[in-house]
Amino acid sequence: MQFFLEVLIGGLLSGVMYSFVALGFVLIYKASGVFNFAQGAMVFAAALTFVGFQELGAPFWLALLLAFAVMVVLGVLTERIVLRPLVNQPPITLFMATIGLTYVIEGLAQGTWGATVRGLELGIQDEPVQWLMEATDIGVSKFDLFGAGIAALLVTLLALFFQYTRVGRALRAVADDHQAALSIGIPLQTIWRIVWAVAGFVALVAGLIWGARNGVSFSLTFTALKALPVLILGGFTSIPGAIVGGLIIGSTEKLAEVYLGQYVGGGIDSWFPYVMALAFLLIRPEGLFGEKHIDRV
Amino acid sequence: MKMSKTLSTSLIAAGLLAGVAADAFAQAKEQFIGLPSYRVGAYAAGGSGVFGGWIDYMTLINERDGGIGGVKLTWEECETEYNNARGVECYERLKKKGSTGNSVFQPVSTGITYSVLDKVAQDKIPMVTIGYGRTDAVDGRVFPWVFPMITTYWSQATTMVKFIGSKEGGMEKLKGKKVVYLYHDSAFGKEGLGVIEKQAQKFGFTMVPLAVAHPGNEQQSQWLKIRQEKPDWVILWGWGVMNPTALKAAAKTGFPREKMVGVWWSGAEEDTVPAGDAAKGFIAAGFNVAGQNYPVVKAIQDNVYKKNKGNMEDKSRIGSVYYNRGVVHGIITVEAIRTAQAKFGAKPLSGDEMRWGFEHLSIDAKRLKELGAEGFMPDLKITCADHEGSGKVKYQQWDGKQWKVISDWIDADRDMVRPMIEESAAKYAKEKNITPRDCSKEG
Amino acid sequence: MFYREAGQFKTSYAADQQIFPITQDRVGVLLILAFAFLAVPVLFNEYWLKAILIPFLIFSLAALGLNILTGYAGQLSLGSAAFMAVGAFASYNFMLRIDGMPILLAFALGGLSAALVGIAFGLPSLRIKGFYLAVATLAAQFFIVWALTKFGWFSNYSSSGVISAQEMEILGYKFVTPEAKYLLVLAIVVLLALAAKNMVRSSVGRAWMAVRDMDVAAEVIGIRIMHTKLLAFAVSSFYCGVAGALYAYAYIGTVEPEGFNLDLSFKILFMIIIGGVGSIVGAFLGAAFIVLLPIALDVMVQEWLSGILSPSISSNLQLIVFGGLIIFFLIVEPHGLARLWQIGKEKLRLWPFPH
Repeated sequence: MQFFLEVLIGGLLSGVMYSFVALGFVLIYKASGVFNFAQGAMVFAAALTFVGFQELGAPFWLALLLAFAVMVVLGVLTERIVLRPLVNQPPITLFMATIGLTYVIEGLAQGTWGATVRGLELGIQDEPVQWLMEATDIGVSKFDLFGAGIAALLVTLLALFFQYTRVGRALRAVADDHQAALSIGIPLQTIWRIVWAVAGFVALVAGLIWGARNGVSFSLTFTALKALPVLILGGFTSIPGAIVGGLIIGSTEKLAEVYLGQYVGGGIDSWFPYVMALAFLLIRPEGLFGEKHIDRV
Repeated sequence: MKMSKTLSTSLIAAGLLAGVAADAFAQAKEQFIGLPSYRVGAYAAGGSGVFGGWIDYMTLINERDGGIGGVKLTWEECETEYNNARGVECYERLKKKGSTGNSVFQPVSTGITYSVLDKVAQDKIPMVTIGYGRTDAVDGRVFPWVFPMITTYWSQATTMVKFIGSKEGGMEKLKGKKVVYLYHDSAFGKEGLGVIEKQAQKFGFTMVPLAVAHPGNEQQSQWLKIRQEKPDWVILWGWGVMNPTALKAAAKTGFPREKMVGVWWSGAEEDTVPAGDAAKGFIAAGFNVAGQNYPVVKAIQDNVYKKNKGNMEDKSRIGSVYYNRGVVHGIITVEAIRTAQAKFGAKPLSGDEMRWGFEHLSIDAKRLKELGAEGFMPDLKITCADHEGSGKVKYQQWDGKQWKVISDWIDADRDMVRPMIEESAAKYAKEKNITPRDCSKEG
Repeated sequence: MFYREAGQFKTSYAADQQIFPITQDRVGVLLILAFAFLAVPVLFNEYWLKAILIPFLIFSLAALGLNILTGYAGQLSLGSAAFMAVGAFASYNFMLRIDGMPILLAFALGGLSAALVGIAFGLPSLRIKGFYLAVATLAAQFFIVWALTKFGWFSNYSSSGVISAQEMEILGYKFVTPEAKYLLVLAIVVLLALAAKNMVRSSVGRAWMAVRDMDVAAEVIGIRIMHTKLLAFAVSSFYCGVAGALYAYAYIGTVEPEGFNLDLSFKILFMIIIGGVGSIVGAFLGAAFIVLLPIALDVMVQEWLSGILSPSISSNLQLIVFGGLIIFFLIVEPHGLARLWQIGKEKLRLWPFPH
């Protein structure tokens, strides 16, 4: 039982890690209907830029600020160079454009900072919480708890931003209906730029957390693959969906690997989340919190 | 307008390609070596190190010795992105370059190795795969053109058990012990499985295999299982991000890193640095060691980097595990050319002549000392039947800053591995209708 | 002036329903085929055949398969590479386990196996649409590669989990030389391409397009949605499966499951987007572009920049330019190269008197 709990808690906490990346996808999809495959590359680029500036001698906050600035510039340029000329193209074209963007970002990041794998230290030890360990023999990592805290903070910030600021309200209007938002004078392109900048910020946070966990290497781009099942489960357009989806995917993935994996030889967490999300979609095709879509002829 | 633009660009591209295919211009006294390198993407960290070290060693030979027997080395890189199809294209593109064509192909990728396996025999270009590739190609009777040199995954697996045994205080102490085999869930990861299973039966320890799905950036469930199993040792058969993640997760579950032994693709700075303090104490195998304090690395510093002809942008990586592995690639290539020149004369060699050089390659302890590579790589002797030639592995431990050698060269249990190799090679020969060579008739 | 339809009267149903109703098209296609079959093996050297033309044809076939599914039936899939893997491994096992299996039948059976797997993974498409479906097809991508790695039976318990394609032999003739392999691949690809061209203008193809344009409306006018979508998955997977078998037998030789990874799926998707969604010729143009572009870039960089830029920068530069060019093409011609082809044809029709 206590082992089950440990697996469950660990799974929930690593689910939060997936949510970080999924959040970036949701933000952009919500505001512009673009399925931004470059989110993984953005996570990588953000973390690499941060570490790169640190290596050049910048202190933590300055490096964070500079990396954020780079991500904002990247977002604005993407809007200007890639998205604006592609307005009104079918979603698949935009999707492919973001894959092209993935190559550009990866090349730029690795070309600028080099291919070396780096460590990233946030000062939080990735160790089990001692008193909990002693009392119940359940290991819960401090770092994972820290990550969950950051996630909660991030979601609260985003919720406040969406709810109480002018820009946030405009964002929601755009997400709801592009045409209607345009017709009441909301500057669509400014909104998009802001969304890409915010997504860049989310990528930076995700990059820092994942980078501190596994090191800053090209494989940070693979975090996107962990986020996709979270997305379909939670719905492409829902921020709470990204969090809840992450929790569900994280915990079931771990439980499945531990309890079912041994019967088929293990290593099933490459596909299990996808199959899970798929099974779920068969019941609810728009995801957990996705908008109900009514087909009309 | 649009139409013509696309047309003209594609014409330019096509013209260029045609030009490349045709340029087999003769150049005197130059030995061409094609380098299918990869410097972008997930594998870039390893690729830039290995190919950097290799190129630096060849530059050293050109700069210091004026080539080999007066024959200068030339090379050209071709970016494969570690992708099989691109690797095949590179193989074909490099094949006809230089005065005698590409004389040796070393893809540093198991996937590309498989992709050109049949082609090298047809084209008569030897393929050397050091520490990766197809293990049963050690049987030179079936695979005359493939050289999985120094040591293979199977040899390595036996040395791992030997190493663990020595740490436990004797092989008989292994009885009743439990070893977790934590592996990258791929063809690469499964390579060691069979051998360690056999050893487990032989020495009476239990082995628990645990698979980690690619890329391996999430291993919580595996490590919870390890915590439950309470093994005495963990063998880490990992690649890339899987390694630092495993080290971090080990720290998280409180498993001692001193009881973790990694393969040579887990044992570079790239695998430990990202894990920070969690990596301290981790042990990994290697057929080359890290460090700058070897005469051969010093010679590269003096003759190449002082003249600003080095290949590495990040000079701190000189002497790293991957870099030194590249130097080993260079040494083996150059020594094979030397061996072949001794028979065929100091001239640019063809692939066929190079193959002879590889098959008769012998780098003994004395020669290693002359090369300034004593202790840097094991001595080896290739024969017609044995394309591995050494099987020796050293173990290094990460002290938090660098890799420290903690063992001497450990011989593989090659008597155990050999029948497995022959069986597998014979199966391949049967599938492919290959009649194995009779080695007693080879000169 | 030369490309005129005027004066070509169709006097029979047969004439009206030909694949290429315009005489010039017919002649053009025949000329291209004659060139491909007769001139190419003579004119091009081994490098071109082995490293460029054979993969180009094989990827064209895979792109054709995906184009049927995505371009014609409107179902986005990111699992094409996995279906190729099924085709390759199935063909290998048919060859291995049944004595005297003819190679062409093994390819067909490989394709059929892929089709069956495709139907299984196509089932969710009945409820799921758009990007949700795309992500769901990733389940196929990861599951198939995992299963092929995990269960040794598929690779005949090979110690390294790889399969090594047997020799190709038809009626006693062994396909060993690059020319022979090229001609075999070309014949299969041409045959399947013509079949596809025919299929998409039949009632099946029209049903696909109706489903693509609006599946609810299609259902209302009496098209069986389930039947149509699953057929699209089956046919598409069949094409991908045959392409996978050719990839193993005529191109790479020894393949590992990981070779059929997500990157390859994306590449095939690129081919149809760049080439033109919903166009047979587009699959070929796109495949040519995606196969040639990285190689051309690498050659250019090696020729001109190798001494000037450091190797890591020049390699990354290729990646950036590749990504940039894809974006550029999407912006300049979102409907793909096939659209340019079409515009060219329209212009040619009026030339030299455009007004």
